[in-house]
Amino acid sequence: MFRKLHDPGAQAITIFIDGRPVPAELGESVAAVLLRQPEAWCRTTPVSESPRAPYCMMGVCFECLVEVDGLASVQGCLTPVRSGMRIARQQGPRSLSA
Amino acid sequence: MRPDIIVIGGGTVGAAIAYGLAKKQQQVLLLDGDDGDFRAARANFGLVWLQGKGLGMPAYQALTHDSIALWRGFTNEIEAETKIDLAYEQNGGLAFCLGEKGFEQRRHDLMRLHNQRGEGAPDWEMLDRSALEHLLPKVTLGPKVTGASFGRHDGHANPLRLLAALHGALLRHGGSIRHRARVERIEPVGRDFRLILDDEALIAPRIVIAAGLGSPPLARQVGLEVPLRPERGQVLVTERLAPFLPLPASGLRQTGEGTVMIGATKDHPGFDVSTTAEAAAGLSRKTVEIVPALAQVRLVRQWAGLRIMTPDGYPIYAQSHSHPGAFVALCHSGVTLAAFHAETLAGAIAAGTLPENLSPFHQRRFDVPQAA
Repeated sequence: MFRKLHDPGAQAITIFIDGRPVPAELGESVAAVLLRQPEAWCRTTPVSESPRAPYCMMGVCFECLVEVDGLASVQGCLTPVRSGMRIARQQGPRSLSA
Repeated sequence: MRPDIIVIGGGTVGAAIAYGLAKKQQQVLLLDGDDGDFRAARANFGLVWLQGKGLGMPAYQALTHDSIALWRGFTNEIEAETKIDLAYEQNGGLAFCLGEKGFEQRRHDLMRLHNQRGEGAPDWEMLDRSALEHLLPKVTLGPKVTGASFGRHDGHANPLRLLAALHGALLRHGGSIRHRARVERIEPVGRDFRLILDDEALIAPRIVIAAGLGSPPLARQVGLEVPLRPERGQVLVTERLAPFLPLPASGLRQTGEGTVMIGATKDHPGFDVSTTAEAAAGLSRKTVEIVPALAQVRLVRQWAGLRIMTPDGYPIYAQSHSHPGAFVALCHSGVTLAAFHAETLAGAIAAGTLPENLSPFHQRRFDVPQAA
């Protein structure tokens, strides 16, 4: 759906989404990287478990909640990527032990 | 149409009474306040609760007991009428105990209440840590948790849906609701009451003042001195989680939607509903001592409301002696007592007299000289 218009060059890093390595660029947000994926969804809702993707990209709508380095329900659009960061898509309601 | 009775105050207390009056074929007009008013009904925690209540006031213990006994039937009826699911569950409730001392103190407090009631078998039991773990298989308790008291009659409901359902059911029974209807003045006119609003006057032969913290100046005009003060309570709510807490606890409950409500603080800053970081930290610390895994969960909101507190914390129900036909109903447990307000209290008001068993709730109990 989305693709990067320029080559990140020296800013290129690798992050992991659900365990798979994905190219990213320093300075962009987790949500931006997720939107470039073939499957752009980042979580399923706690109620109907329907998929959701990043939407407002400015911290307001809370659609882009993902697990980042083990911390759940992080707003992907407000979280800059870091080399080696591990992102996990959230499925349904979080369980307390997770 | 000219109303038989006007209820001043559209919160959970006023709406429950108005609904009950409308079921008694009264022509009811409910006057709701303004957006900026202090609305305890919209800050409520949502417990329908018995255990631990009423020390020093057996009548309140009995009242709470009676209301909870009515709650299931009340829920069934109002849900059928409005199609609003109150999410009422009555599978018992817990009060967690920390440390051996906390456990023994809780047992002691509940035994005192049981002895005060003086009838029947205890409707609660103390659960030790292993019994509690058995009851809550998805919870890993913090190391200081020694057990909990389990109250058989306790439960919880969605307080916002309750308020909406009461308003809806009132309308279905032919009542009317006016929003942003602030009563400035009450003038007795013969045996009737004229209520002066911003731009009009309303007349009715009977009135019920259930305007929460706004009640004292109104009640005074019909010969009722009701001492009240605001008590701030702050509550936290988390993101939605998969069900893990099958029973509500005092200060910790998981709602039907999956959020976890954490409450509540008590302080007296006056008419102030601001929230404080200190309260958020204190509530979080207390909760994580009970369920440590909640430390990893996101808080999504914190709010404050003002409880309607009388000097002894118990309700006021009274009819004016100087102005018969004017009633006052004030309390801070509007959810637990909603069934009583809709069924019993509304019936008594419709009949024109409050029964003898409500006399302990008359505000004359505060008219005693204070010891120096």
